[in-house]
Amino acid sequence: MISLELLVASAIGVLTAAGVYLVLRRRTFPVVLGLAFLSYAINVFLFAMGRLVIDRPPLYDKAADGYTDPLPQALVLTAIVIAFGMTAFVVVLALRSYLETGIDRVDGMPDEKGKP
Amino acid sequence: MLLVLALLPIVGALAPALAIRVGRNACAMAAGTVTLAALVVLAMLAPAVMAGETVQVRIDWVPLLGMNLNLFLDALGLMFAGMILGIGLLIIIYARFYLAKADPMGRFFTYLLLFQGAMLGIVVSDNILLLLVFWELTSLTSFLLIGFWRDLPEGRQGARMALAVTGAGGLSLIGGLLILGNIAGSYDLTVILQNREAIQASPLYLPALLLILGGCFTKSAQFPFHFWLPHAMAAPTPVSAYLHSATMVKAGIFMLARLWPVLAGTETWFYLVATTGLVTMVFAAVVALFKDDLKGLLAYSTISHLGFLTMLFGFGTPMAAVVGVFHIINHATFKAALFMNAGIVDHETGTRDIKRLGGLATLMPIAATLAVVAGLSMAGIPPLNGFISKEMMLEEASHTVWWTQPWLVPALATLGATFSVAYSFRYIVHVYLGRKRDDYPRPPHDPGIGLWGPPAVLVALVVSIGLFPAVVAGPLVEQVSRAVIGGQTPYYSLSLWHGVTPALFMSIAAIGIGLVILSAHRQIAAVWHGLALPDAKALFDRALSGLTRGAVAFTARTQNGSLERYIAMFIGTAIVVGFAGFLGSDFVAGNRPTTAASPMAVVGWLALIAATALVLVNHRARYVSLIYIGIVGLVISLGFIHLSAPDLALTQISVEVVTILLMLLALNLLPKTSPRESSLPRHFRDGGLAALAGLGVGGAAWAVMSRPVDSISGYFWENAKSGGGGTNVVNVILVDFRGFDTFGEIIVLGIAALGIFSLLETAGTGASGRRILAWQPDTPRSPEHHPMMLVVATRLLLPLAVMVGLYIFLRGHNQPGGGFIAGLVISIAILMQYMASGYQFAAQRLRADHHTLIGLGVLIAAATGLGSLLFGAPFMTTAFDYFSLPIIGEFELATAMLFDVGVALTVIGAVILALAQLSQVAQSAEKQEPLETPSAMDIDPSRDGPPLVPEETVK
Repeated sequence: MISLELLVASAIGVLTAAGVYLVLRRRTFPVVLGLAFLSYAINVFLFAMGRLVIDRPPLYDKAADGYTDPLPQALVLTAIVIAFGMTAFVVVLALRSYLETGIDRVDGMPDEKGKP
Repeated sequence: MLLVLALLPIVGALAPALAIRVGRNACAMAAGTVTLAALVVLAMLAPAVMAGETVQVRIDWVPLLGMNLNLFLDALGLMFAGMILGIGLLIIIYARFYLAKADPMGRFFTYLLLFQGAMLGIVVSDNILLLLVFWELTSLTSFLLIGFWRDLPEGRQGARMALAVTGAGGLSLIGGLLILGNIAGSYDLTVILQNREAIQASPLYLPALLLILGGCFTKSAQFPFHFWLPHAMAAPTPVSAYLHSATMVKAGIFMLARLWPVLAGTETWFYLVATTGLVTMVFAAVVALFKDDLKGLLAYSTISHLGFLTMLFGFGTPMAAVVGVFHIINHATFKAALFMNAGIVDHETGTRDIKRLGGLATLMPIAATLAVVAGLSMAGIPPLNGFISKEMMLEEASHTVWWTQPWLVPALATLGATFSVAYSFRYIVHVYLGRKRDDYPRPPHDPGIGLWGPPAVLVALVVSIGLFPAVVAGPLVEQVSRAVIGGQTPYYSLSLWHGVTPALFMSIAAIGIGLVILSAHRQIAAVWHGLALPDAKALFDRALSGLTRGAVAFTARTQNGSLERYIAMFIGTAIVVGFAGFLGSDFVAGNRPTTAASPMAVVGWLALIAATALVLVNHRARYVSLIYIGIVGLVISLGFIHLSAPDLALTQISVEVVTILLMLLALNLLPKTSPRESSLPRHFRDGGLAALAGLGVGGAAWAVMSRPVDSISGYFWENAKSGGGGTNVVNVILVDFRGFDTFGEIIVLGIAALGIFSLLETAGTGASGRRILAWQPDTPRSPEHHPMMLVVATRLLLPLAVMVGLYIFLRGHNQPGGGFIAGLVISIAILMQYMASGYQFAAQRLRADHHTLIGLGVLIAAATGLGSLLFGAPFMTTAFDYFSLPIIGEFELATAMLFDVGVALTVIGAVILALAQLSQVAQSAEKQEPLETPSAMDIDPSRDGPPLVPEETVK
């Protein structure tokens, strides 16, 4: 029997790995994608700190027999929006740097000779 | 009182800086007044201290770190504070007349008072952390003072060397004192001083001792760290007189005396401290004899006398400590006077070179008298104070056994005294006696009282202590010795005549041989200068440049400008630290029962993994990878719904839309593919790092989730409805409980948008602008600039989408929704207009200015938060009530809703500002001419009259 926790934990791991790999690329666009992956991974990780609960949304009701932890959700909600702000800024930074230098390498250096 | 004393010079340092605007006299008066005031405060505290009390002040500062403003003043502190302030006052008077008109006097006195405050801080600190702060401050302020004449290279180099050496010593002292504090269990000196047994029994005694001595020996210029002191002589003479007689270099001696009760008395202490002191005393006395610069001679003499003091405290016997205390006073008096005298000679004759001087006695009788008395005291000639303490030192040395050799210490001490006599007499004889010369750089004459008055005061002390030691200095020496020893003092007598003792013969021998050496000075000096002695400055410079080269090479190797390398290092370090922590712990798997996954969950997981894998495989094809990453975002949104987080799902999906739109717009101008350029080993390295990072983070997530939760959220759950007026607890947390976070967050979002704006607004200029002009579309274009289907659909959708946004906004407090999500949904509706109809169309019709929108949003949120203050409630407290209206029925109004309006406005402003600006740049790159005539769907509302649709545009 596969548990939900295992699925989420492994998904976090895979998202992190993808993010790290892409962040280590030489061109700006994959790095931006990598940052997006890392944001996904971190947001889900934070969310999972409240543990996984099904069908107990944190909507107050006296009759409710349980609820999921609302605090990580509130934190992740802000984290998602902040991650958007960061991604947007980095994308534009990458674009401007490309326009300035004519090359989309992360360090703004021209290509080495003999390489495309 | 004590606090006032400690703070007065530091706060008062502002006074001369301001007073210099009035004039030089006012400036010196200001500095003098501050010092005098501090001296008065000290005098008011003195009677209690002299009666054996300890004055204490305790103010908590950072109690968790054990760092508190704890001050105490005992007799040792009193003596040093008296020297610091008393000699400080004399120096201020002297400096007023010494400094030239061109010297910035305001700066000088400010530095001097800062230094004075730092020194004072050292001697009255109880808390050792506080003491260390002051210790570092003396290093820094003395750097400023030594390098005061910035245009002199020697001044700058000397200041740098002093800072490097004493600064390094300061680091060493920090380590040592922290160890000491940890052994004693308190950072208060008063407590540490009670723990002699615990400290000396501790295995950390030796490292602590070595580190502390490292600090003391560098500060007090002990061999082999002495070399900075002579180079510090490039300072103006008042600075030298102050730093090297009574203050800076005495700080190390002060620490030795302060910690004497807990550190002294062991063999290690004796061999380390006494030997260092002995070697320094003899070595520096020899060197001093061959220095032709007056200040150089005095500098080495100072080093020698510091060695003298270090040796006495190193002996570790109470009697030697008493002598040490007495000699601290004596040395300060005659050395400060001599430094000032050297300054007078320099000032009046234009040179400090002994070889160019001589015969000044009749030309400058006052200066000569002062120099002779102070010089004789330095030589140890009766009836002056230098004689008494030297005699007592020789007495102590005469019965000290070094490594079973009873003759070694007495013999070397006598040797030191001999050279001391020789160089002291050289100062007197070669400068003032002999025949008059006719080639002085300037015609010498006695200076005004401003220059000779201050040393005269000190010389008066030299004589009076010499003649009546027990009366003038006796009570102070007694109290200070008790403070140093930490108990009763042994029997001693401060008097000129101690009877026929070994010390008397040693003294007579020293004077006799010393005079003989001086008479043969010319011949001996020729031999001395013929020796190839190592130059400490050259060695220091070589070591320093070696270090610099090493640092440069290291930086060049590690910091090669490659972001990939830096990121790899960051991630690698994080992985190492994380796994090291994990492997170092005794990890036990959690036992929380797990939740079974539904088949749909498994399908979602598979979709996420597959999409991630596709992004990785296809990341070079950028458009395609954007589609796959969209799938990842979608699955995560679905996951949030499944896991009871509807708000997150709504946020994630709307953010996803905006992000992808943004990336598409940017990608329009960026290259559409990434080249293959990483080598295979690089792929393996990155793959390895990625796998380890994924394993670590995933494992950590699993470890947390397999354990029970203990959350603070019960409070939020209980109070959301009653206190916050909403049933959507997540939203209530955002706008009420943690509203301050949200407030900060929308500001960050606004700043990010403004950053984007500023990056893109200027993109049309310079190299970037030329590239935009030269840009050619590299993907096929649709024949329609604005596809008709899309235009129609988005315009129909606009009111609907805005409606949905408003609905989500209004229900947000009680049901999933809220300002963030509403803001994003409305932004998307507006963005669709930009996409379908073009920047120009949308910008013409969207009258609101995005910058204003962002600012307005933040201001509304702030005003709402502040509003609660008016009602006496804390910042951002929600007020709410229920109203009822016909037709609509009962509804709720909460101030939180107003706050949410601010959030929504900021989000809308930020998103649209970013994307609109980007699409404008894209449009200028496409080189679309603004349409002369409106296209079919474009009806300009700003134009009067019926819409005009020219025939030719509808083709």
